[in-house]
Parts: sequence; C-alpha cells; structure tokens
Amino acid sequence: MVGHGLTGMLGEDGIHVDMNHLKSGEVNLGTSIMAINFKDGVILGADSRTTTGAYIANRVTDKLTQVHDTIWCCRSGSAADTQAVADIVSYHLNMYAIVNNEAPSTQVAASLFQELCYENKDMLSAGIIIAGYDPRHGGQVYSIPLGGSLHKQPYSIGGSGSTYIYGYCDANWRENMTEEEGIQFVRGALREAIKWDGSSGGVIRLVVLTAKGAQRHLYLPDTDYTAPGRTQ
Amino acid sequence: MTSIGTGYDLSNSVFSPDGRNFQVEYAVKAVENGGTAVGIRCRDGVVLAVEKIITSKLLKPGANKRISTVDRHIGVVSAGLAPDGRHFVSRARDEASSWRGVYKGPIPVSALANRLGSYVQAYTLYSSVRPFGVTSIIGGWDSEAELAVDGQVGSGPKSGSGGKVDKAKSGGPGLYMIEPSGLYWGYYGAATGKGRQAAKAELEKLDLASKKISLLEAVKEAARIIYVAHEDNKDKDFELEMSWISSLDGPTGGRHEEVPKELLEEAERAAKRELEGDDEDEEDGAKGSERMEE
Repeated sequence: MVGHGLTGMLGEDGIHVDMNHLKSGEVNLGTSIMAINFKDGVILGADSRTTTGAYIANRVTDKLTQVHDTIWCCRSGSAADTQAVADIVSYHLNMYAIVNNEAPSTQVAASLFQELCYENKDMLSAGIIIAGYDPRHGGQVYSIPLGGSLHKQPYSIGGSGSTYIYGYCDANWRENMTEEEGIQFVRGALREAIKWDGSSGGVIRLVVLTAKGAQRHLYLPDTDYTAPGRTQ
Repeated sequence: MTSIGTGYDLSNSVFSPDGRNFQVEYAVKAVENGGTAVGIRCRDGVVLAVEKIITSKLLKPGANKRISTVDRHIGVVSAGLAPDGRHFVSRARDEASSWRGVYKGPIPVSALANRLGSYVQAYTLYSSVRPFGVTSIIGGWDSEAELAVDGQVGSGPKSGSGGKVDKAKSGGPGLYMIEPSGLYWGYYGAATGKGRQAAKAELEKLDLASKKISLLEAVKEAARIIYVAHEDNKDKDFELEMSWISSLDGPTGGRHEEVPKELLEEAERAAKRELEGDDEDEEDGAKGSERMEE
C-alpha cells in the first residue's frame, strides 16, 4: 500500500481479507456462524472449532455469547478481540438496563457493537452477528462485518465456512418459518459448512430466542448432527 | 429569614444545623420571580407555554424565544434567570447529542430528565459554583414507531420481525420538571414561576390523569392558564409563547415545534374571551352578593 499504513485486515486490493494478519500464536475462529429470523423470534447457530494455525485449540468452543437476557451474538475472527468486544457490550447493556429501568432493545446492542468495531477497526479482526428478541420489536438480526458497517438482515451468515453455504441458504431460506423449520434450516446449513470448510468443525450449537427466553441446543457429529437437541 | 447573619447561607455545600441549604432556597426565590411557565401532558402530545414579561417596548415582538428545542422530539422551557436557562438548554442538547452518538437513536425523555437532574444537583455541591436559578420543564414524545439504528443498511424480513407482542410498551408523551435542588418528578401538568399557584389550581381542574384532554384542547388550556396566572401581575405586559410535540400521526409528527401562529392567536382570543367572561361572572356575583348561598 503506497503511502498508506496498513488499515485493518484488508489486503492490498482493499477487498479481500488478509488471513496472514494474525499475530503468531493468535487464536482464530475460522468459523461457520449464522442467525435467522423465524415466526416467533430468532435462532443463532455456530460450529465449535477454534484454531491456532493448523492446530485445533478447542473442538467444543462456544461462539454464541450472551450480552443480555435475549440479545446474543455469534463471534468470528480473533477469539480474543471478539470476546473483549462482547464483554464490553455486555457491561454497557447491563448498565443500560439498570439506569433506564428497561431492557435494552436489539438496536441498542447493535449500535454499541458497531461503535466499538468501527472506531477500533484498525486494531480488531472481528466479524459479529447480533441477534436479539424483545417484545416490542420481535426478533431482529444484525451483521457487522470487518469494516464496522451495520446491516439489518432477514438472516445472516458469517465466518470462513459461510462461503460454502450461500447457495444452500438462498435455496432453502423462507420467511416466517416455524421454530422446528428454523432449527432444521440452521442445522442443515451449518452441517454443510462444516463438511466443506476445513476451519469449521466439532459440534453445532444453537440458541433460540423468543418471548419464552433463551433455549440452547446441541448437535453432535457422531449422530450426524441430529442429537441430543435441546439442552439445559 | 432568621438565618441571616449566621453564615450558613454564604456558601453552597454548607448545611445549616437544621439541615437546609440556603443557597438552593435562594435560587428557588429567583425562580418564583420569573414569568409563569406550564407544561401539559395529554394522550396524543405535550404542550409547553410561557408568560414572557415585556421588560422594554424596544424589544421586538416574537424575538427572544424562551422555549428551546433540545432534540427533534424534546423541548425545554424554564422560569427564572434566563441565562441560567440557556446554559441548561445547552447542556441538554449536549446530552441528547451524546446519547445519539452512543445509541444511534433519539434519547428517551425520561433518560434526558435523569441526566439533567444529576447535572443540576451537582451545582448544589460545590463552593465554587451556585445553584441554577431556574426551574425547567422538559416535554417530549418518545416515538411509538420502530426506529432503525442511525446509519444502518438493509432491513429485516419483508413479512416483519417474528414474535412481536402487541401492546408492548412503545413510546408516548413525557413531561418532567427539574428544580434548582436537582429534584425532578414526572407530571401530568407542571407549572413554575410567579403565577404557579394559580396555574397549578387550573391544571388540577383539568383532570389530566384520566387522559380525556386532546392535544388541541391542551393548547387552548395552556394559553388560558397563562392568562389566568397573569391576572395577579396585570401591570406588566406579556407575550404568550407556546410549543408542542404531538404523536407521529398528529400535527407535528413527533417533533417539537412552535404552535402555529393562527392556532396561537385563536387560543389567545379564546383565553381573553373567557377571562372577560369571568369578570362578568364576578359582576353578576357582586350584584347577588346579598343573597346567601351555600
């Protein structure tokens, strides 16, 4: 880059991600993550692989992070960066709920994530999907890719594994799915992503966010991602 | 006041032995000499009105506004020292803008009142400052629509977000009054300044809690109340200044705006008519005053 310092994680063409940006030894979430809207709220999903280079540092990672009661996020990119950002947002959302005596909306969470990701874009490698449910707005899905822009979407996919499932998602996505259909869709998409993406793998974790609260699901590879299902 | 000479009123941040802060009480005195200001909260909006005393014939009518817009959906009017009021408004604008910077959306009226309450209270703590010589009324409308995050790209599913609960709390009117001590409450109807006693008596008659009064009626009532409150201060000329904030489908579309000239003048005419009517009633009363009534 002539006359410029390196900005963020973008390569010389300013479009493609430079995957060699990680500091040596830095833990990367080479990842498959997604979140969808369905009839009663939102569903978040993720694989569970964390890598340092070729080494799988954790095969049962939890990439679905709670930042408030029914506002969660899917993390991709640097594990350290995204954990730190999620911790900061979580602090602010809990503070917001206390000060304003009212649970924060998903919009508030999304704008806090965006502020952090945009203002610190040069130091971060974080691709985050935010999904939340609140009674007033229902379910909502927001995506914040590398540069720190904010996109509201019907559904969102992210991480290295997402490149393999654009076709699957486009063909199978429908609005207003039931909870069971939504789970099938996310599980099927992540199963494909894990199959094709070398940096994704392990188990599939889901979180379903509705008026009833948060419900976790777990799907294991030895049952071809069909069981055990609801957990907790 | 018995305290004079005892020294407990010379500095902020000093309590008298019976637990009073005299500097704050003196600030309240400054407010009690200011032009009357009222706010009315009704089901479809909020009205702010102020009695602007004309101190010189050289002042241009309609200039020197006393009601300010803090954010698109919030207005502030204060009684007391006008420059203190302006500083208060300046801080209110900073708070509203800072909220937008962090949360990418409009500040709720309750949150602004809370922040300004804390700000005013801080001016009762330090010996290097004096308390605010104003009591301010904050009126606004929290949008009942679903607001996008400022700067967001794209939208959710075409069919709308899933799992929405009808009648979940969503916006509405807000009216708060902050005193020099930093004390603030939410109100159905608020009054401060010289004519506050008369104004409060009139506001109580309106039964605002039952939410029967519409915004348009509230404009008329606000004008009338300012005229009623001015009755005890008749030797001075005044100008009526009024602003309002309606619901999204109302006349201002959720924004804080001046009440249009025609409507203001209509409300003033109605207020004057009613006052003259009152005078006639009084005359009638005088005639029949021999008659004993219970």
